[in-house]
Amino acid sequence: MAELSLAIPKRWQPASVWLLYVVGLAPAAWTFYLGATDQLGADPVKTFELFLGIWTIRFLIATLAVSPARELLGWNYLRYRRALGLLTFYYALMHFAVYMVLDQAMDIHAVINDVLKRPFIMFGMAGLAMLIPLAVTSNNFSIRRLGKSWIWLHRLVTIIAACGALHFALSTKILDLEQYIYVGLIIALILYRSWRPIARSRKKGQGRTRNRAMASAS
Amino acid sequence: AAALSAVESKYKVDEKPTPIKDVTTYNNFYEFGLDKGDPAANSGDFKPLPWTIKVDGMVNKPGTFDLEALIKEFPIEERTYRMRCVEAWSMVIPWDGFPLASLLDKVEPLGSAKYVAFETVVRPDEMPGQKGFFQSLDWPYIEGLRLDEARHPLTLLAVGLYGETLPNQNGAPIRLVVPWKYGFKGIKSIVRMTLTDQQPKNTWQVTNPQEYGFYANVNPAVDHPRWSQASERRIGESGFFGASRHPTLPFNGYADEVASLYAGMDLKANF
Repeated sequence: MAELSLAIPKRWQPASVWLLYVVGLAPAAWTFYLGATDQLGADPVKTFELFLGIWTIRFLIATLAVSPARELLGWNYLRYRRALGLLTFYYALMHFAVYMVLDQAMDIHAVINDVLKRPFIMFGMAGLAMLIPLAVTSNNFSIRRLGKSWIWLHRLVTIIAACGALHFALSTKILDLEQYIYVGLIIALILYRSWRPIARSRKKGQGRTRNRAMASAS
Repeated sequence: AAALSAVESKYKVDEKPTPIKDVTTYNNFYEFGLDKGDPAANSGDFKPLPWTIKVDGMVNKPGTFDLEALIKEFPIEERTYRMRCVEAWSMVIPWDGFPLASLLDKVEPLGSAKYVAFETVVRPDEMPGQKGFFQSLDWPYIEGLRLDEARHPLTLLAVGLYGETLPNQNGAPIRLVVPWKYGFKGIKSIVRMTLTDQQPKNTWQVTNPQEYGFYANVNPAVDHPRWSQASERRIGESGFFGASRHPTLPFNGYADEVASLYAGMDLKANF
């Protein structure tokens, strides 16, 4: 397969990954600054909470899009997938922290009630909980140590994506156009992932599993 | 917005009014878009004057009334009410308006009339949310009240806020304010009122009957399916860090005045 690598000299590539973390966290930092200096409108906490939620969805979509982009278009962004996945986790964690601390003012009782009673919050919490083991094992040591189980573990991302889409779609009074687009993209990416192993098993002996694990470790 | 001459009234909650900047930039008015900032941003082309309201149905004297004539006819009162949105946020707003009962008396409802149905204007050319292939709700927006609720002295037809005529984003030129009910009952830019013996099918109840009912009385004991209604975020008062949550009061604090309207009714079933 013809692979188009980014036009960055090899020695700058690790730096470009770090740059992605910085650029990726900038929207949260900037919006936090706007909120802290009273420039986030009439309902700053809700605005910040929803902002972090929508960016979680964006990074989730970007993470899921890395494989199809390579396989269908030949764009190789594999070295950024870990950063994108971790940014998804960081944004989900910040989204939860703002809900817990700024919105519900640490009222644990109210939060527990919300989680138990409301399906859309349940889906969100389940997604966040499943992101934790993925984030914890997002390092070369875990990939070597866990081997094949690492790949199985990280397939959880499909279920996480479904939880994220449900949480997002059920959270509003009506679905707006933006939600249709985001949820549609997630569904398409989930379908692609579930279709791919079947397509792949028809072509025998490609040693993809080993290649993939090594690519992720790079 | 033009200045209105309003007289003081006894209806004035003893709480700090929400800053006018927040009242006029944080709105739900889907005719102008779904985001809270959309109505302020997208309502510039809306022309609230001249304006007429048609009152028909089960009345002795149906008619089409010119808004400016109504404002001259009925004394405009200043009333500071709590406003509780179904989304668990709240404001305190100084409205200017006249009781809906005044207009109802003028048209003389028949004995058989049980409800009032209200209708918002449909003007896709001036209301971007009503235009295009993606539309959030079925237009026109419909609301309704039982006749005794409509006649209640607290029920107001507002034509202004903070002493000036209503900004477009707040429902210019005339809107309903029912302070003991969730904000979505306060239908905006009203063009028609119909007296009827059938309970009106209000827009949100039709759109999502699990979540929104006909009565929509503020009730901390009945949760919304997706969030608790036990407390509310007071807009403008809570900063970024000291999120100020107020406990939500039954009937939004107007229980003494209105609880008797619902005596013997199951408020969980009639949410």
